[in-house]
Amino acid sequence: MRVRSIGLWALAMTPVVFLATSPVAWAQTSTAAPITAKIDGKYGYWLPPDLSQHGSQIDNLITILHWFMAALFVGWAIFLVRCLIRYRARPGHAACYDLIKARPAKAVEVAVVIVEIVLLAGFSIPAWAKVKNDLPTEADTIRVRVVAEQFAWNFHYPGKDGIFGRTGPQHVNPATNAVGIDLSDEHAGDDVQTKEFHVPSDKPVICEISSKDVIHSFSIPVLRVKQDAIPGMRIPVWFRMKPGSEGNYEVACAQLCGNNHYNMKALMVIETPEKFAAWLTKAGEKEIFED
Amino acid sequence: MAAHDHHTHDGHQTHGHGHPELGFWRKYVFSTDHKIIGVQYAITSLTFLFFGFCLVMLMRWQLAFPGKPVPLIGGLFGETMMPGGVMLPEFYNSLGAMHGTIMVFLGVVPLLVGAFGNYVMPLQIGAPDMAFPKLNMMSYWVYFVGGIVMLTGFFVPGGAANSGWTSYAPLSVVSQVSRNMWFTGQTIWLLGMVFLITSSLLGSVNFIVTIIQLRAKGLEFFRLPFFVWAQFVTAFLLLLAFPPLEAAAVLQLMDRVAGTSFFMPTGLVVSGQQGHWTGGGSPLLWQHLFWFLAHPEVYVLILPGMGIVSEVIANNTRKPLWGYRVLVYSLVFLGFMSFIVWAHHMFMTGMGTRMAAFFATTTMIISVPSVVILTALLLSLHGSCIRFNVPMLFALAFLPMFAIGGLTGLPLGLPAPDIHLHDTYYVIGHFHYVVVPGSIFAIFAGIYHWYPKVTGRKLNEFLGKLHFWGSVVGANLVFMPMFFVGMAGVSRRLYDQTVYQHGANVQTLTQISSFAAWFFGLSQIPFIINFFASIRAGKKVSDNPWEATTLEWATPTPPPHGNFPVIPVVYRGPYEYSVPGASRDYVPQNVTA
Repeated sequence: MRVRSIGLWALAMTPVVFLATSPVAWAQTSTAAPITAKIDGKYGYWLPPDLSQHGSQIDNLITILHWFMAALFVGWAIFLVRCLIRYRARPGHAACYDLIKARPAKAVEVAVVIVEIVLLAGFSIPAWAKVKNDLPTEADTIRVRVVAEQFAWNFHYPGKDGIFGRTGPQHVNPATNAVGIDLSDEHAGDDVQTKEFHVPSDKPVICEISSKDVIHSFSIPVLRVKQDAIPGMRIPVWFRMKPGSEGNYEVACAQLCGNNHYNMKALMVIETPEKFAAWLTKAGEKEIFED
Repeated sequence: MAAHDHHTHDGHQTHGHGHPELGFWRKYVFSTDHKIIGVQYAITSLTFLFFGFCLVMLMRWQLAFPGKPVPLIGGLFGETMMPGGVMLPEFYNSLGAMHGTIMVFLGVVPLLVGAFGNYVMPLQIGAPDMAFPKLNMMSYWVYFVGGIVMLTGFFVPGGAANSGWTSYAPLSVVSQVSRNMWFTGQTIWLLGMVFLITSSLLGSVNFIVTIIQLRAKGLEFFRLPFFVWAQFVTAFLLLLAFPPLEAAAVLQLMDRVAGTSFFMPTGLVVSGQQGHWTGGGSPLLWQHLFWFLAHPEVYVLILPGMGIVSEVIANNTRKPLWGYRVLVYSLVFLGFMSFIVWAHHMFMTGMGTRMAAFFATTTMIISVPSVVILTALLLSLHGSCIRFNVPMLFALAFLPMFAIGGLTGLPLGLPAPDIHLHDTYYVIGHFHYVVVPGSIFAIFAGIYHWYPKVTGRKLNEFLGKLHFWGSVVGANLVFMPMFFVGMAGVSRRLYDQTVYQHGANVQTLTQISSFAAWFFGLSQIPFIINFFASIRAGKKVSDNPWEATTLEWATPTPPPHGNFPVIPVVYRGPYEYSVPGASRDYVPQNVTA
């Protein structure tokens, strides 16, 4: 009986051993360009610097909310500690069976509900609506398509004609054409794709976020921008920078996307219009080859 | 099973079943007795809880000292996962995904519902057992098998699942490509989930029928202990919310092993190669199906804990809970609302204004019954006589800790602040406050409170207080810094946050969390010692050492098969403490006037 069960166990383990030694393609390498530039901004233990024009709505709401939360917590905590001291069991002290009046508790409840409604309807919903609906309409808005992949950010600029060239998965070449631009398209000739995100400091920017493989999330903390990059979808996100925002910043990935999720960052350079134009020309000189 | 030693266990006189004495295996292993099943759930889930915690203690080294070899035990994990004692990012992701999965599905819920619910609920309603004892046994063994299946993920090539406990597609479908997709951790995770969900569904049906049908005479719904109400609502949440996820898990399994495209959109290019899926699917569909369960699931994580805390508070304040009816109505309303808030986990998926406004509104509404329940429990302390024993210490600590957890949900539940805070450490701080110094403290309170009923002995007070203070200090030091780390913009699930400037500047806070986590781990040692040693060496106590009013204390200790020598009749509510004119400061439910 014992020999038989050992034998069965060995038999069962054979496929395990076989498969344990078979190669598995589960490690994917990063294609992100390493960042050597010094990053600007003072980062501490609370909100990062805010270089955007819409960010103050978000920051103010966060601040008000935390004061509200602190007020509630301190109120509750004072009541709790008072009860723990005043009603601790000791000789001669008994509990009181009768119910206490509900009125003060109800007043607090109603106040809490009113504050929440004000924060929701008066602050959060309008802020969200602005972020979602108020896309810049100026003619000189910078448009960029942000295409996420494991594990890099690709930035696709439409070039002088302002029209994005057609893209398709069949045109993707990881080394030279990560975005998959179809070079036969007439509008694709002036398109630029880069791994660095440059924008001029004086124009609004609309980014169309998508992904080639898995869900990523385009996050720029200093601009209060976050948008999931979902394959099969192209979702717009916009921002306007405050004057004097020039500097180097980081784009992060905010949705688990695999092994190198932690290292999926891109350099964002907010620069003067002249520097931006020069950079874009230089980046456009790198040729894209179909393989 | 020391709690049911042969010399104290006498099956025959206590019930009229008339069946022959069962052998060891039928009595203690494949038992249909809810108490044995409850103890089985407790031991299994406490083991998984400990294992899941060990996973995160390992992760916290990498977080605190990125790229440095783990001291002492670094060499134990092999060169594929931790070459030179330094964990690879894929192993870090596996640890993270499995930590979440194990804690939620193998640890906390089986403990709260399977262990406490199974053991205590039938006793509290005066029933001889659950309505379907064989189904009860099946739900435990399906859970056990599901747990083993989950653990085997660590031993297959590529390691355990590594796409988060949320398993978002397409990552979870393209992750861990292998010659045989069935033999990968990510696939095994899906198979494990099918077992675990099935177990919960079987159990929830049992709980609902038992509470409706097997209450003792005189035990009307509004005389039920709040713990039973909490288990009742929780059972509905499990029953109604889990099926979509079970179906979704099968769909994702098909995407992985059969090349279907339920969640795979057209035109994927993975690692430079075009994907073999025909496409047409939607990654967002998985998110909706997942979160439709997972939001009610978080209420499953907290409601039984609130039930336990309520029992301990009522007992140790020596007065009725404040606002019993308000508590019950809030509980039911909370359960109902929990089904219509799920997409607050999805605000960043490209949601428009109308959808976001709807889910933000329902999320704000659901905060109201939570606040009401917390306030009612706080008000229960007013005018009371507080006994500071170890269960009460944990129950009291639950209150402000759950308050912090709940309050920090507010900025996350509003879409605008969520732009900054989504998928950052702020979220991790928020939900861990609710689950660790929330649910787990409630679990500890329950263990200290009901241990004397199961074993006939009390847990040691000194070790209990050591456990308590270490846990309170430890838990707060682990999770409070995370709010600041998240506010600084640091994303979740990062193998190394110092890669970013904003992450590097708050690395000190992350290190504090790590040291605190190891301190929290050490603080559990007095508890583990206490738990096992007190079975033999704990102070022997009577059937009702806490002088409690609810029916579980009216049984012999430990309760025999069939529970009550005479089925009780209930004459009053569950918390008749300090009744004016009574001879003692408590009147049990089953005692006539």
